Amino acid sequence: MELLCPAGNIPALKAAIENSADAVYLGLRNETNARHFAGLNLDALKLKEAAHYAHQHRCKVHLAINTFAHPDTWQHWTSAVDEAITCGVDALIIADLSILQYAAERYPQAELHLSVQASATNAAAIDFYAQQFNVQRVVLPRVLSIAQVKNLARSCTTPLEVFAFGSLCIMAEGRCYLSSYLTGQSPNTFGACSPAEFVRWEDRNGVLESRLNNVLIDRFGTNETAGYPTLCKGRFTLADEPGSTPYHALEEPTSLNTMELLPELLALGIRSLKIEGRQRSAAYVAQVTRAWRQAIDCCRADPEKFLVKNEWQAALTQLAEGSQTTLGAYEREWR
Amino acid sequence: MKFSLGPILYFWDKNSVLDFYRTAAESSVDIIYLGETVCPKRRELRLEDYIDLAHQLREAGKEVVLSSMTLLESPADLRELNRYCDNGDFLIEANDIGAVGLLNERGLPFVAGNTLNCYNQHSLRYLMKMGMQRWVVPVELPLRWINSMLESSEINDVRECFTTELFAFGHLPLAWSARCFSARAEGKSKDQCDLCCKKYPTGRAVTSQEGETLFTLNGIQTQSGYRHNLINDLQGLQHIVDIIRLSPQENDTFLWLERFQQQLHNPTPFPLQKPDCNGFWHDQAGKELIIASTGSH
Repeated sequence: MELLCPAGNIPALKAAIENSADAVYLGLRNETNARHFAGLNLDALKLKEAAHYAHQHRCKVHLAINTFAHPDTWQHWTSAVDEAITCGVDALIIADLSILQYAAERYPQAELHLSVQASATNAAAIDFYAQQFNVQRVVLPRVLSIAQVKNLARSCTTPLEVFAFGSLCIMAEGRCYLSSYLTGQSPNTFGACSPAEFVRWEDRNGVLESRLNNVLIDRFGTNETAGYPTLCKGRFTLADEPGSTPYHALEEPTSLNTMELLPELLALGIRSLKIEGRQRSAAYVAQVTRAWRQAIDCCRADPEKFLVKNEWQAALTQLAEGSQTTLGAYEREWR
Repeated sequence: MKFSLGPILYFWDKNSVLDFYRTAAESSVDIIYLGETVCPKRRELRLEDYIDLAHQLREAGKEVVLSSMTLLESPADLRELNRYCDNGDFLIEANDIGAVGLLNERGLPFVAGNTLNCYNQHSLRYLMKMGMQRWVVPVELPLRWINSMLESSEINDVRECFTTELFAFGHLPLAWSARCFSARAEGKSKDQCDLCCKKYPTGRAVTSQEGETLFTLNGIQTQSGYRHNLINDLQGLQHIVDIIRLSPQENDTFLWLERFQQQLHNPTPFPLQKPDCNGFWHDQAGKELIIASTGSH
């Protein structure tokens, strides 16, 4: 079972490697990846350096080319595939049908992983991508219960990757237009959810207001932890219950943490555990990688006696959104 | 230009559904999409009921397409999808790539629904190769983007081989989750939902703490708070869109069908105001209402 860690820049890459990640995933500094944030990601030259450095340390490198190619600049996405091959990355994470087709035809030896943005939640979809493009791994969306993951692991021959820790998308990835409904930009079209340029924080008499493109997403009292204003994690009111207390209509600010499921995931033969957070700091990557490395190694050594240690849980909770974690959709009750 | 009724996105009781389609049969709509696309727990009508309806509507002169589920999670969901694909008669709208795979295996053509991620001409061409006859545009794409795709040289030689359909009226389906938000609003989990979404035939509107209408809870689906309405944009899209889709509403769907059709023959700007929106089509945030463009294309 691989531990796959995020690297939004070279310091994060080094932090992941120092803490014994098996693989890292990166993006190019453009709209071809779903963390298209200012100051983040690598240009082609740095990608080559990064791949070289990682390989020297026996760490694999995956390149995320996981947005949907635009009609007028389609070549930006094929160039990203070309650059990934030139730089010697170990796997390409792709979402767009036409880019999968391009990569599969042009580079039949390349290892292609299906991005979570392709929303493959079922065996028919997974088999389709495997047959059509020889996809060698599928990253599962965070909408499946552990029973459903188990089912897919049994019924599909394609190796599976699941999200282990990090920010929680509660919508089927690649099919969420909430961000573009509010801002005009979405992960699919722009490579970012709720882009920072639309975010505004305002202190009003001790109440902190968060806004996304002027829409009030939430208000926080002095002793509340303020979450990043995505529409899916704000507090709102039901229109047919005016005056009722605003509530988290969709989800609270929280992070996914599946550490307690490790023995099950290991038994299912899940190929890779993905840590979310290319937008996070090198310190985050270091701490999360360290905790997960230790946990995976403990679990491998004795899966039946595996228990999440307090120190791991504490380290992860402290780094979580809203300082709380959830099993998300893996757990039926969450739904 | 043809007009279609998309699948009913809300959970209506069987009689309401049958009433709606009785009216549809007598209306001037050309194409009707039938089927449950949101939640497999909604079973007021089974596939057999939809197929009965489909035959009746076909006899009334309508083209009928069966719309398949969007978020497929369990083996049971896939079994149901297989039954749709094996209906032996009616065209299927594929709303998940799994459906594309199953239909392609059977050598059957399909309508590519608006949740298949087709964002460029190369993906469009690929879907054609798989059997796509009609493309329903992803809801967030603007006119500019669709123009670029359809006018590209890669599509030139096959442009006549498929039709294009646009979601032009109704609350926009914006997201799908494992979680049921209608149940959550009542403090229930999805497993114990009591099918409570049936109480809300137009979904449940949610507002910001400042009273701004933001979105609509519809089971596991989140819809736009405002109603997407492209009635004033029909003139500008006739050269690229073949079919205009209206999403069934609890009231006035057929009144709006008439209004849309009148616009084709006698274009006069229709006075729109919030809670209508049309931002996506105009390259803006989806919730915006661009008035300046009214009738000017």
